[in-house]
Amino acid sequence: MMHIIHAAEERHVLTVTVDNEAGILAKIAGLFTARGYNIDSLTVADISDNHAVSRITIVTHGPPRVIDQIRAQLERLVPVHKVTDLTEGGPHVERELALIKVAGTGDARVEALRLADVFRAKVVDTTTASFIFELTGTPEKIDSFVVLMRELGLVEVGRTGIVGMIRGGTA
Amino acid sequence: MNEANVPQERSGASILVETLVAQGVEFVFGYPGGAVLPIYDALFSEDRIRHILVRHEAGAAHAAEGYARSTGKPGVVLVTSGPGATNAVTGIADAFLDSIPLVVITGQVPSGLIGSDAFQEADTIGITRHCCKHNYLVKDPTELAAIIDEAFQIATTGRPGPVLIDIPKDVQIASAPWHDVPPQRKIRYAPQTTGGVDEIELAVDMIAAARAPVFYTGGGVINAGPLASERLRQLQALTGAPLTSTLMGLGAFPASHPDWLGMLGMHGTYEANWAMNQADLVICVGARFDDRVTGRLDAFSPHSKKIHIDIDRASINKTVQVDLPIIGDCAEVLGQIIDAWGQRKPRDISEWKARVAGWRAKKSLDYPKTSAEIAPQLAIERLYELTKAHDPIISTEVGQHQMWAAQHFHFNDPNRWLTSGGLGTMGYGLPAAIGAQCGHPGRLVIDIAGEASIQMNIQELGTASQFRLPVKVFILNNQWMGMVRQWQELTYESRYSSSYSDALPDFVRLAEAYGWKGIRIEHEADLDAGIQAMLAHDGPVLVDCMVDKVANCFPMIPSGASHVEMILQGDAVAGTMDDAAKALV
Repeated sequence: MMHIIHAAEERHVLTVTVDNEAGILAKIAGLFTARGYNIDSLTVADISDNHAVSRITIVTHGPPRVIDQIRAQLERLVPVHKVTDLTEGGPHVERELALIKVAGTGDARVEALRLADVFRAKVVDTTTASFIFELTGTPEKIDSFVVLMRELGLVEVGRTGIVGMIRGGTA
Repeated sequence: MNEANVPQERSGASILVETLVAQGVEFVFGYPGGAVLPIYDALFSEDRIRHILVRHEAGAAHAAEGYARSTGKPGVVLVTSGPGATNAVTGIADAFLDSIPLVVITGQVPSGLIGSDAFQEADTIGITRHCCKHNYLVKDPTELAAIIDEAFQIATTGRPGPVLIDIPKDVQIASAPWHDVPPQRKIRYAPQTTGGVDEIELAVDMIAAARAPVFYTGGGVINAGPLASERLRQLQALTGAPLTSTLMGLGAFPASHPDWLGMLGMHGTYEANWAMNQADLVICVGARFDDRVTGRLDAFSPHSKKIHIDIDRASINKTVQVDLPIIGDCAEVLGQIIDAWGQRKPRDISEWKARVAGWRAKKSLDYPKTSAEIAPQLAIERLYELTKAHDPIISTEVGQHQMWAAQHFHFNDPNRWLTSGGLGTMGYGLPAAIGAQCGHPGRLVIDIAGEASIQMNIQELGTASQFRLPVKVFILNNQWMGMVRQWQELTYESRYSSSYSDALPDFVRLAEAYGWKGIRIEHEADLDAGIQAMLAHDGPVLVDCMVDKVANCFPMIPSGASHVEMILQGDAVAGTMDDAAKALV
């Protein structure tokens, strides 16, 4: 009998600067699927004045050799300008934004609002029986908040996936 | 005539034709359809470009590949939307895996209909996104000239490959100003071609110190042009190291040279695989440590340091960890190494060469005469002997015949060997031969085929007839899909599931139906005469050569085995394999 064995994996955050052309997101995401690489999260937006350049932040996981391949495969795409591995690059900042809808009344509602305060979440919508909280932070911080809200009437969660940046003064 | 700097207004189709002419394109391999009618109208009575009408779009793509590999110039394909484009996908994927420069132009439904499931609409860009180097959907004829210019640059520089340009019908008809100077555009693709100075120095030191060096060369040497082959020979002469090649690299180094080891890999020679295993230094030039070559990775060349010269960074450390990667063009890097080597004397490697001679003595390519039928290996040998004076261009289909051709047909120069290695596409050989013949009028071009493979693009017999292309097709007819049958014999205890070539046509009559000459060879005594008759005929010829039905191709590295656990001719075989091995390709 043969069994499938999975190799030891690492989480890596990659930022990719690309020409903002039609289909570029499909190209990047499709590269991952086509070659069997993992996408844990992916976010993209155009970052230049003239809308010519976009920045894509991808969180992936895999064995070290696969991570090296992902980087090489991304770099050889024609519209890609630069690929940075934040996880290899030293100290860096990771942030994500989440919108979290919680429904409840009485004690649960009060507790939800109190915890939102603790986490420094903002209230961006309210009815007498619900809130939508906006929370930014590391993925772990958002995970923790969501876990707590599950016990207090969590209805819906939307997350952006992280953007990341190397610390210090250079790009 | 146009005054300088006063642009004319031309249709997208006309701009396309003018840009192709400016790129030096002589042939376009294609097939018309609704979505490309405007382009075909622009080609009507256009005598600067010759359009070769195929009979299936797969034939157009493979013909462009054969043209490109044999001439070193990019192949150009023109097909319509929907089924035209999807039919070409196999050829595009083939060019992608074998690094062949192609520019593929596909028609598309009018812009306003895209996404509405229009007649003959397909998401060509989406479908080909991951089997080409880059693709474009042209939204405006004003961007067309720059796109085509960039497409040719991307297809032909760095690691060559296919580039696709999808042009909606309305964009072909709409007009834009045409300047007959090259378009101004930002260069965003500029692959590194020169190796780093430190790496070159280190490479020279490693080669000079090696006691058991071997050159492992591949298709990258061919792609880098004849200069790369020249410099490879020079460097080999300076160092004296034995040299092997992958399937894709045959011809870069002369097979007639005493240091030639033969092809390595799954069906490579005993000496080539053992030399790779026992070497203390593997100098990889333009090859990619493919699974057909390495066998089981943990047992591949365990004692060697490895230098890897490749223009594609993504090939470095993809399957095998190397010690010294050098990113660059093979011709340039080899030139740098030769210069840095200077007047050094190579180390005495006569002990190593004596070991190699011992492996050669095994004569692993010898084959038995087991039946009254013609041995397929003999057919290839006789074909080689009787055609070598003509310096032929050889294409193949895929399977046992392909491996026997690689083993027994000897190549002394590059660009004479056209085969589908990476994708292994049956049906490649006949259209590839047609493309090569277009690029080399008057030259002898032969497609070595199997009777199963040749049927996959048999319709291209008509293309050769139409354009008076005297290609020769030499079928090794063993009545089975030979390679599949061999694997079923060796791995699945001879359960021959759907591998028998049933209901074969009479190939001679089929050839004659297309206006070709057909020759059948059934007995060894008639082999030479049959080949001579093929060569003597002024026009396309199909030879149906009946060969031994159950010959197996050896040596063979079975799945899951190390590259020195080769099955040799005459070895007893268990007929079965464990699941872990069966699960491998």
